[in-house]
Amino acid sequence: MSLSPEQVQKIAHLARLELKPEQEGAYARQLSDILEMVGALARADTERIAPMAHPLDMVQRLRADVVTDPVGAEGRAAFQAIAPAVQDGLYLVPKVIE
Amino acid sequence: MSAGTRGPGAGSGEALHRLSIRQLAEGLRARRFSSRELAQHFLQRIEAHDKTLNSFVTVTAERALAQAAAADARLAQGAGGPLTGIPIAQKDIFCTQGVKTSCGSRMLDSFVAPYDATIVRKLHAEAGAVMLGKCNMDEFAMGSSNETSWYGPVRNPWDLERVPGGSSGGSVAAVAAGLAPAATATDTGGSIRQPAALTGLTGIKPTYGRVSRYGMVAFASSLDQAGVVAHSAEDAAYVLQAMAGFDPLDSTSVDRPVDDYCAALDRPIEGLRIGLPKEYFAAGLDPACRAAIETAIGQFERLGARICEIRLPHAPLSVPTYYVVAPAEASSNLARYDGVRYGHRADGAKTLEELYKKSRGEGFGAEVQRRIMIGTYVLSHGYYDAYYLKAQKVRRLIYDDFKHAFETVDLVVGPTAQNVAFKLGDKLDDPVAMYLNDIYTIAANLAGIPALSIPCGFVNGLPVGLQLMGNFFDEARLLNAAHQYQLATDWHLRRPHGFE
Repeated sequence: MSLSPEQVQKIAHLARLELKPEQEGAYARQLSDILEMVGALARADTERIAPMAHPLDMVQRLRADVVTDPVGAEGRAAFQAIAPAVQDGLYLVPKVIE
Repeated sequence: MSAGTRGPGAGSGEALHRLSIRQLAEGLRARRFSSRELAQHFLQRIEAHDKTLNSFVTVTAERALAQAAAADARLAQGAGGPLTGIPIAQKDIFCTQGVKTSCGSRMLDSFVAPYDATIVRKLHAEAGAVMLGKCNMDEFAMGSSNETSWYGPVRNPWDLERVPGGSSGGSVAAVAAGLAPAATATDTGGSIRQPAALTGLTGIKPTYGRVSRYGMVAFASSLDQAGVVAHSAEDAAYVLQAMAGFDPLDSTSVDRPVDDYCAALDRPIEGLRIGLPKEYFAAGLDPACRAAIETAIGQFERLGARICEIRLPHAPLSVPTYYVVAPAEASSNLARYDGVRYGHRADGAKTLEELYKKSRGEGFGAEVQRRIMIGTYVLSHGYYDAYYLKAQKVRRLIYDDFKHAFETVDLVVGPTAQNVAFKLGDKLDDPVAMYLNDIYTIAANLAGIPALSIPCGFVNGLPVGLQLMGNFFDEARLLNAAHQYQLATDWHLRRPHGFE
């Protein structure tokens, strides 16, 4: 499996990554190398094998549907203090609706 | 205690960094030195050596001295446990309230968590250990050389031109150089064991679910597990004892009592059944490393263990399986870094999409971007079945191999890495060559079983690591076997030149 620079740009878009034009070539080569390496999986016989999502033999634990706040009453302020841009308790982003 | 009554442990003349955690705990209780003196000793060593090694992202001297004072007060009342007053370092992947948690990334260069990770709380607030600082690491724990860190590469104390391994490269370099008695670390595909091997340390990755991951920055959630690096299995047992246990805040935490790791250390290993997978001794393993591994296996035999050959037929598919599963999970986990709620935000974005793209383009380094893109690709429409679903099925085959093996053996033994530490820059532009560093360690993460690496010799003056893998929740047996080996050998006592 060999990826073209155009395919790399498409994947980068899906992953919301801005690539510099000079990165495309190296990424195309390296990602193709990685995909070639993982291509070895195709040779494994997995007929009737159930996919394994995680190693634990357990079901998801449930808890009561109540609000928990690990940082206490000042939670909102504490979490917003580390945000790049906030105002009146809200996160600021570029305008999304005209 | 006045200065005049100090025992031989105090002052700058005594090599406090050569003592085991048990010896340090005894020294504290005998008042040969205080926790404050201990913290100062290690802080001075960090000051003296870390410009060379670059093993710390942040040194928390003030916090360390305050925690040490609290530990001294606890010890003076005859209270506290085996870690009270013992300095340790934290991998910079664990959230620490009020102290930056960078995860080795520009993305989190300004991130100060508003809460502590559970293991940070357990080790410091509960067990009374003293935090010296936060250790450098590969960016988001993605790497096997500690060269992908935004804060620059870490150097191997055994040879400064070589890598310490990764991703827990800062943790191992700090401990190997005697800048901290032990450090926390994490292991998604070998990030505890491979660097431990490359720096002559003991490093244990516990069973998936044994140690809480609450407050540990996520990489690949079905594989990530926290553990410890230290000089010896005994030291590791003390630290792991304080870390392990159920945590309701982590949905993958297993509610099951924690064994007494320290009490299990002294059991003889007469009759222990150790399996030797021939797949772990195939082409690729350096012959000199292989010889050291085989000598070590002979030592286990002399200690009474019974060695028998086993098969792990799907082990050779571990690396390809991992490089589908781990990037897939990483691409999902790292979607949270959007430049909105915390972390790096690019300037000048005109739209929300541009804000995401620019922030992530600037905030993530090349290896993280590669893995996000691989993950995005294997999860994308048309490729999901061929890659992701296929890898999940092969993962089951790898898991079944181990399940089958543990029906006849207690532990599985093999090399930790194919070779000793390599030169800085050697594999940086060849991701696949870098990925093969973890060829022997990844299977334990895919299966979820515990595994550790112990030093078992030297090749060209560089440490070689031996890997032991155990059945689910068999950490006590792993540490026991490693400890019995270390009672009979002295590889774990060797120190790199210049850091004695």
